[in-house]
Amino acid sequence: MRAAWAKAGSKSIAIVLALLFTALLLLASGASPIESFRLIWQGSVGDGAKLADTLMAWVPLVLAASGLVVTFAAGLWNIGVEGQVVMGAIAAAFVAREFHAAPALIITVALAAGVIGGLLWGLLAGMLRVFGKVNEIFGGLGLDFVATGMVVYLVIGPWKRAGIASTSGTDPFPREAWLPTIGDKLSPIAVILAVLAVVGVYFLMRGTFFGLRLKAVGANAASAHIIGLSTRRYLLTAMAIGGGLAGLGGAVQAIGFQHKLVPAISGGYGFLGILVVLLAGYRAALIAPIAFFFMMISVGSTQLSLRLGLNSSLGGVVQGTLVLLTVLVGGWQAQRARRREPTEVES
Amino acid sequence: MDSTLATIVAAAAPLIYATMGETIAEKAGVINLSLDGSIMLSAMAGFSITYVTGSVIVGFLAATAVSAIIAALIAFASIELKLNQIAVGFVLTLLAAKLSSFLGTAYVGVKGTHVPHLAIPLLEDIPFFGTVLFDHNLSVYGSFVVLIGVYLFLYRTRRGLELQGIGERPEAAFARGIPVNKLRYLYTVIGGALVGLAGAAYSLDVKFGWRENLTLNFGWIALAIVIFGGWHPMRVAFGCYLFGALQVVALKLQPVEALQGVSQILPIMPFVLMIFTLLIVYLDWFKRFGDRHPAWRGLLTSDPPAGIGKVFERE
Repeated sequence: MRAAWAKAGSKSIAIVLALLFTALLLLASGASPIESFRLIWQGSVGDGAKLADTLMAWVPLVLAASGLVVTFAAGLWNIGVEGQVVMGAIAAAFVAREFHAAPALIITVALAAGVIGGLLWGLLAGMLRVFGKVNEIFGGLGLDFVATGMVVYLVIGPWKRAGIASTSGTDPFPREAWLPTIGDKLSPIAVILAVLAVVGVYFLMRGTFFGLRLKAVGANAASAHIIGLSTRRYLLTAMAIGGGLAGLGGAVQAIGFQHKLVPAISGGYGFLGILVVLLAGYRAALIAPIAFFFMMISVGSTQLSLRLGLNSSLGGVVQGTLVLLTVLVGGWQAQRARRREPTEVES
Repeated sequence: MDSTLATIVAAAAPLIYATMGETIAEKAGVINLSLDGSIMLSAMAGFSITYVTGSVIVGFLAATAVSAIIAALIAFASIELKLNQIAVGFVLTLLAAKLSSFLGTAYVGVKGTHVPHLAIPLLEDIPFFGTVLFDHNLSVYGSFVVLIGVYLFLYRTRRGLELQGIGERPEAAFARGIPVNKLRYLYTVIGGALVGLAGAAYSLDVKFGWRENLTLNFGWIALAIVIFGGWHPMRVAFGCYLFGALQVVALKLQPVEALQGVSQILPIMPFVLMIFTLLIVYLDWFKRFGDRHPAWRGLLTSDPPAGIGKVFERE
């Protein structure tokens, strides 16, 4: 109980410090912090259309972050998550471009293809790690580069826009392949998928033997091996789940939001997902609200560039500062606890 | 031919700074994962400070300070707070990159000063080597000095031996009276300072100016090259020049008629090829080859410092 209060305390200290830092940055660039925060609020949840934007950005972030909870539990740093989002988008784009059938069928197949694309890409990084002893950070990074190369190649090469090749993207997919929306943008299917993913991962980690064993492998692979768990199988399964969810995020991004393939199709949701999971303390339960808060900041800060002429990367600065401070303050409190009770074992 | 080689040497100079800095830190046992963001923020700081003050030297100093502070933060989080170095480094990567975009807006596309060309008299007249090595600027010569300096320091001095000791066997080093954590701070910060030089070398020399994401992915490549080079300065440098060569080739291929359709993909290719080389070198098969043929072993494989990324606590 005391630990829980300490955690809540460290989070609020971090939030206050992050707000102060942001306010200082805004003052230094000649903008009013209050006005800026108001613009971010209005630009993200101020009206229905803005809220739809925020929710549609929330979906791929939640999907990627849910998958990362699983890979982190296995003790893996899945830096390849960006590439997995991209491969999911490519696979979904392939289906959307090449298949002609009833919309429901195309969409189902495209989403499934997204899962498979991301899953295979995740599995590849996992196999490099398990069978090739390639650290998953650098294997994943390499696969990120390959995926980026592939999407740029497709956009300017084989799938180029009729007539001219341009990095602005392919032709839009046929209408049948777009996720159906309420209003202009909001796709209920996408939101439902994200909710299912985060709930599914929560129960996977909390309520199943698989989750328990996966955590054992992540906490201490050697001991897990001794009690008879196949560490290889657990690591690969974790990468497959993580990759599959990231790929689904990419697919939603492609057929639900962009409606075409663009070079920056990943939207940075993979790396941002890592920040979300770090801030959530690796727990699935907090993913959804934190991701929503992050997307309020991201979507809202585009208003800052429109209205105040500030660079919209301020959103990223706020997110990064918040996570950094939370991690540091958390570490500081843990250290104080260690000093008070030197024999207490960190759990 | 010699002018192409000279271009490669110049293109690789910032990477030499960054990889040497990271090699020192990692050999001392601390992983500074923040390189991609550190280099970017330092590049922005170096350019903007040079623009404001008019002095390239002050710009380089500012760039050095920025990355040194980031490195100090990682050392503090790891040594003092016992936090995961990878986690803190990763967050700082993204944060520093975003900060560079935000703070650097005013300097995008501005024409500023850069490191002046300075051929070294006499040496530049040596056939071939003169053009390749001695017809550059101070930023490039500095990369030679840092490379040779780090090599000599690590393998020819007592302090260098100590550095390897605190990364390989911190307990043993501590038992011999070496202040492990103090030195880890020191070398992480020095390493960070070198990473900062890399940033300034990009914005004040190789790329002349600042724009958003100017050095995107170069930090990641630097981290990968350090592994590829097995934490040995000379092999790491070989990796840097190999990457420089790939970049120059990609640049030369851009106007080729047959590749017109895909010329935009060429700038990414060096990253892809380099990472593939790393993957191949790091496959187990390659290691076994090294074990079977000891003569090749030193050249092909090597293990990371045993204490890398681990917190040292005195009992």
